[in-house]
Amino acid sequence: MSLVLDSHLDALYRFRGFIAGSVRREFASRYRNSLLGAAWLVLQPLSTIAVFTLVFSQVMKARLGQSENPFAYSIHLCAGMLTWALFAEIVGRGMNVFIDHANLLKKLNFPRICLPAIVVINACLGFAIVFALFTLFLLATGNFPGWRFVLVVPPLIVEVLFAIGLGMILGVLNVFFRDVGQFFSIALQFWFWLTPIVYTLDTLPEAVARVVAWNPMTPLVASYQRVLLRTGEPAWTAVAVVGVLAAGLCAVGLRLFQRRSAEMVDEL
Amino acid sequence: MGAITVNRLGKAYRRYPDRRSRLLEWVMPWRGPRHEATWVVRDVTFRLQPGEAIGIIGGNGAGKSTLLKLIAGTTQPTSGSVSVTGRVAALLELGMGFHPDFTGRQNVVMAGQLLGFTAGEMAALLPDIERFAEIGTYIDQPVRILSSGMQVRLAFAVATAVRPDILIVDEALSVGDAYFQHKSFDRIRQFREAGTSLLIVSHDKTAIQSVCDRALLLEKGELIKDGSPEEVADFYNALIAERGHWSVEQSRASDGRTRTTSGTRAATVECIEILDAHSRRVEVVDVGQPVVLRIVVRVHAALPRLVLGYMVKDRLGQPMFGTNTHLRERPLVDVAAGSAYEYRFEFPANFGPGSYSVTTSLSSTETHLGDNFEWRDLALLFSVANLSRSHFVGCNWLEPVIHVAALDRTAAASGPAPDDSRASATLEEPTAR
Repeated sequence: MSLVLDSHLDALYRFRGFIAGSVRREFASRYRNSLLGAAWLVLQPLSTIAVFTLVFSQVMKARLGQSENPFAYSIHLCAGMLTWALFAEIVGRGMNVFIDHANLLKKLNFPRICLPAIVVINACLGFAIVFALFTLFLLATGNFPGWRFVLVVPPLIVEVLFAIGLGMILGVLNVFFRDVGQFFSIALQFWFWLTPIVYTLDTLPEAVARVVAWNPMTPLVASYQRVLLRTGEPAWTAVAVVGVLAAGLCAVGLRLFQRRSAEMVDEL
Repeated sequence: MGAITVNRLGKAYRRYPDRRSRLLEWVMPWRGPRHEATWVVRDVTFRLQPGEAIGIIGGNGAGKSTLLKLIAGTTQPTSGSVSVTGRVAALLELGMGFHPDFTGRQNVVMAGQLLGFTAGEMAALLPDIERFAEIGTYIDQPVRILSSGMQVRLAFAVATAVRPDILIVDEALSVGDAYFQHKSFDRIRQFREAGTSLLIVSHDKTAIQSVCDRALLLEKGELIKDGSPEEVADFYNALIAERGHWSVEQSRASDGRTRTTSGTRAATVECIEILDAHSRRVEVVDVGQPVVLRIVVRVHAALPRLVLGYMVKDRLGQPMFGTNTHLRERPLVDVAAGSAYEYRFEFPANFGPGSYSVTTSLSSTETHLGDNFEWRDLALLFSVANLSRSHFVGCNWLEPVIHVAALDRTAAASGPAPDDSRASATLEEPTAR
């Protein structure tokens, strides 16, 4: 297993030029034909957050517990929404990465692991930009949690690993069974609403809350919310459990990729 | 140096009877396989020596492209092995997996990086690639708006930007125009001289004969002939003719053109072939090579007079040369039914490189309009390749003897005199305006 991982890491290192170039090109091309350019990267999540803030905190007068902070709901929402977007992007694009690059896979011999790597780096880069802006917002409104801010990093790493493992498995399966892609684009919507992003866990009926607690994304999102709202520590134990799950998914994904990547080209 | 060793290589695609079978096979592997294997390459063994050039020929679906893909590593073999030493540049099918939305330039850099070059190296190579591809400002346009010929130009330019140890080229080049084909073959020849090994698939027999040392013939995924390009090409032609014997004879020549045979059949051409100086049957002849056109005629009814004519036509059907035994004053008179005659027309093959056909006619006079015993279009196909002469253009080999004599003192100087060039420059000025 470690040998397999080593060879993949080695391939990634050797083709770092291609990966870096692809990330840059993809970033550029996504906004090249638009007048506002990279602004769309920010406008997209911003508008979603604005809508949710407006609807839930202003129109429906939802309040976060006893908090007096007028920005509390926005922070709660952003902490979940932005990190969810990262997760959804890695899974969603990882799912289609081999199908989208069929043309390339059939004609050139190169380490295929580069393709999911590009997806992950691209998603992380986009996330970094948006999250940096969000941090500026925290600083501007005096809600920056200080040094404790770094506590979001471990859950984020777990989340990215979880997304990579899941995305890789779905990506390989999707080549052979296209239903997987269709199914998961629907499943991701349900998953979003089964994660306490827009609402809080304690507003749910006991029975539903127990189900939602089983969702691996719940402890991760809850951790971001606690750190950024300064209401507590990340849920370390639960995050660790998800971490184990993520490592397991990555191992399965890598194994599946290893076993099926030859057959994949024949199928595309 | 680049070498390829292919050992008992096989490739089978899995074919499942329906969509669910694959799932069942995956989740219940102990229930045995549910797919049928379709072998597209089977038990192929050969070795490409460093510096050698091998051409692969065979009909559509013979497994040529799959074999190249297996060697290039884009597809994994089902059985057997491929081992490659040296840096490989492979040009498979159209393009190089170009991304339609990126510009030609971006794609060139991306493809180069996939071939193992760094961005810095690609930046240094770009001007050369641009110059070789000659697609002008299209290089900064998205690849989707480029013509297929332009994409091939770009792909070939990238793949060959740095001389590889092994160059693998699929039929891709045939998409380029004649100018670019010529240019790319020039580059391939240069690489060959510098020591690059070559593996090429082409339907162009003359291209294979002029570039390759050896040829492989694939048929239904199996390697059925491995030998000199000439030998293999001839074998392939014979195979095609044989395969279609019953249907081809009346209607179709081996190159796909329709063959028309007409006449009373009182006399027929029984055998027609081109022989070389050693009386060996050949399909490809060198420019200027002395050849014999051998025709055997069988007479089926008693005839007072028999004239055999032949005409050599080029690929487009333009007559190159034609004559008959009436014009040459060698008609046969009072021939008996059942007799057979062998004609031998000896001439040097002073044709330009290309594909030619021979039409035969059997009649009683110089035209076949009187008594037409048999008229046979495309009775024989052969190719002319320029194997030994200097490069020339045209459909004829009219070798000149060149005399150059100096006419005045300034021209007699070894190099162009500075005075001269200035004089011609001033002369041109008024016309330019």
